[in-house]
Amino acid sequence: MQKRPTSVAIMFATMLFGGLLGTQPAEAFMAYVSNEKDNTVTVVDTATGAVVKTLPVGQRPRGITISHDGRFIYLCASDDDTIEVIDTETLQIVDTLPSGPDPELFVLSPDGKTLYVANEDDNLVTVIDIESRDVLAEIPVGVEPEGMGISPDGKTMVNTSETTNMAHFIDTDSHEITHNVLVDARPRFAEFKPDGSEVWVSAEIGGTVSVIDNASREVKQKITFEIAGLRSEAIQPVGVRITADGKKAYVALGPANRVAVVDTATYKVEKYVLVGQRVWQLAFTPDQKTIISTNGVSNDITFIDVASDEPVQSVTVGAMPWGVVVSPK
Amino acid sequence: MPEPEVSEVRLGYIRAYAPQLALSILDVPPRDEGVAGASVAISDNNTTGRFLGQKFSLDVVEVKPDSDVLAVFDVMVGKGISTILADLSAVQLLALADTAQAEGIIVFNVGATDDRLREEDCRANVFHTAPTRSMLADGLAQYLIWKQWRRWALVYGSHERDRLFADALRRAAERFGAEIVAEKEFTDTGTARRTDSGVVQIQRQMPVFTQGLAEHDVLLVADESEVFGTYVPFRTWQPRPVAGTAGLMPSAWHPASEQWGGTQIQNRFLKATGRRMLSKDMSAWTAARIIGEAATRTRSADPAEIAAFIRSDDFSIAAFKGQKLTFRRWNWQLRQPIFIGDGRSVVSTSPQEGFLHQFSELDTLGIDRPETKCVLK
Repeated sequence: MQKRPTSVAIMFATMLFGGLLGTQPAEAFMAYVSNEKDNTVTVVDTATGAVVKTLPVGQRPRGITISHDGRFIYLCASDDDTIEVIDTETLQIVDTLPSGPDPELFVLSPDGKTLYVANEDDNLVTVIDIESRDVLAEIPVGVEPEGMGISPDGKTMVNTSETTNMAHFIDTDSHEITHNVLVDARPRFAEFKPDGSEVWVSAEIGGTVSVIDNASREVKQKITFEIAGLRSEAIQPVGVRITADGKKAYVALGPANRVAVVDTATYKVEKYVLVGQRVWQLAFTPDQKTIISTNGVSNDITFIDVASDEPVQSVTVGAMPWGVVVSPK
Repeated sequence: MPEPEVSEVRLGYIRAYAPQLALSILDVPPRDEGVAGASVAISDNNTTGRFLGQKFSLDVVEVKPDSDVLAVFDVMVGKGISTILADLSAVQLLALADTAQAEGIIVFNVGATDDRLREEDCRANVFHTAPTRSMLADGLAQYLIWKQWRRWALVYGSHERDRLFADALRRAAERFGAEIVAEKEFTDTGTARRTDSGVVQIQRQMPVFTQGLAEHDVLLVADESEVFGTYVPFRTWQPRPVAGTAGLMPSAWHPASEQWGGTQIQNRFLKATGRRMLSKDMSAWTAARIIGEAATRTRSADPAEIAAFIRSDDFSIAAFKGQKLTFRRWNWQLRQPIFIGDGRSVVSTSPQEGFLHQFSELDTLGIDRPETKCVLK
């Protein structure tokens, strides 16, 4: 069984990684981590792992994303029923968006103009025009909407509902649901493959990831996870990210304290990477060399080297880190 | 999307009801206890049903606690109801179950915690979403052991259900390595539950009642009948924590639980009912959701198909308790974590870490398969 990397192992790995970086200098990006429990966002320099700043934000910050130019962060302040807009240059909250009650997760359209927000309490997806701040539509979906994914062409949005247990495919022109695909219990996250051919939907309580064919809108594959020494109930998939080349998928497994690495051609789990406790969400650095996990119970984030799939470094952030996004610059 | 053709799944809810007193007015059960949970689940099922052309309805009938339920049952059958949620006494439930069996109707026990309904009196057509007394006692016991509070004194009421819970606590002590160092019965002499000057007397009575109990770490109370239990905390002879039916209590749900997405069901329940969700509400919500889940997964409103799916190995349900819940196949008891909390907040949830089991840690709670007396029929 794998062990959580000790500080010596981390030091060694850092040296090793540092050595690799010596020949191929890493670009510095900023990672922004929402800390659900202490109402802050931690800003971390991805090259050094140093905490640059801790920002006070609204109550219960969870979903976090960034504008495509890297200028603004959008943050769901769930208990304040609002979305906060943070200027990445000044690190100040400069605006709020009308989110509807209890926003948890959202997704930005590929053109950066529209935000699709899951409102858990009202069984709605709210569509917001960022420029005008207008609510363009409220789409009734299943019970407890949460996961939000958007196709690379921006034409299809997928929302998952946690108690209805469906992935709802929504036409972004008409704002109508076109397909409802049944998945396993408590679907948390929807992620399109970069070529738009598939949507991967994690089911936290079901313990699976359903791969939905985007052409037929049917489940074509169900991925299960097995870790020696762990009860199957402890394996609870949440965040999913797929590499830009579409070859590897990373699945955060919650209280299993691991991130699964899945080959997207065979749908086989290649590796389980031990990170911190209760791993929720994931984000790549823009150069795709690193993927970062948020580990809620151990109050840290882990940098995983994408080439080797080894955990390289863990950085302590705020209390109960939930979401993470990395600036494109 | 074209509107799918609508099929209907009709649920019945039979409830034994009589106004109930409590030692604290805060503990008087809400008028719609249990029923409200089922109603919220029906609304959840209908939100999902919209996408599949399924509609769910709930017919609620109340009977007196000691009355015959078969007349009500016949009316429900006449309305085409195929599943019944029952919040009844053990005697009523068994009468209902045996008649329902003949009609091919399944029953969900959402209220009765009697172990015998899952043991010697188990029935093949009765599913239990309410936990048993032994599950509740074991959940509490594991926490007390985790705290290293191993010496227990036990005070219990004089009614049958008080004695049954006391038995469950004694069994838990033996299973998990606690010692009951002293026991005492509080005899119900039929006094009024609340009087204007009652508090003055209670302040003096309770220390005397608990005087002379051998040295203990925690004082356990078994008073389901609401005769004295609420009066025990802070009035004991020795300054000791109180647990059981008063103080630190085990339960199927806690009105302050926000873990594992619990905030969402709490918000939804409050919005629909104007009050907080209690254990019986959760047991009824879970039962009605189980029917909804089975109808969704089978894409069918056919009672036989729904029942077959619930009985299958594939079946599980999510109910805001951090893991999927499944049925014990030997007696159709729903496995579930037990909340340990006081009146304000959740202190812990059991099973506690370190209580291991070869199949499911949830089976460390209550009577396990090797000990069961159930023969399903």
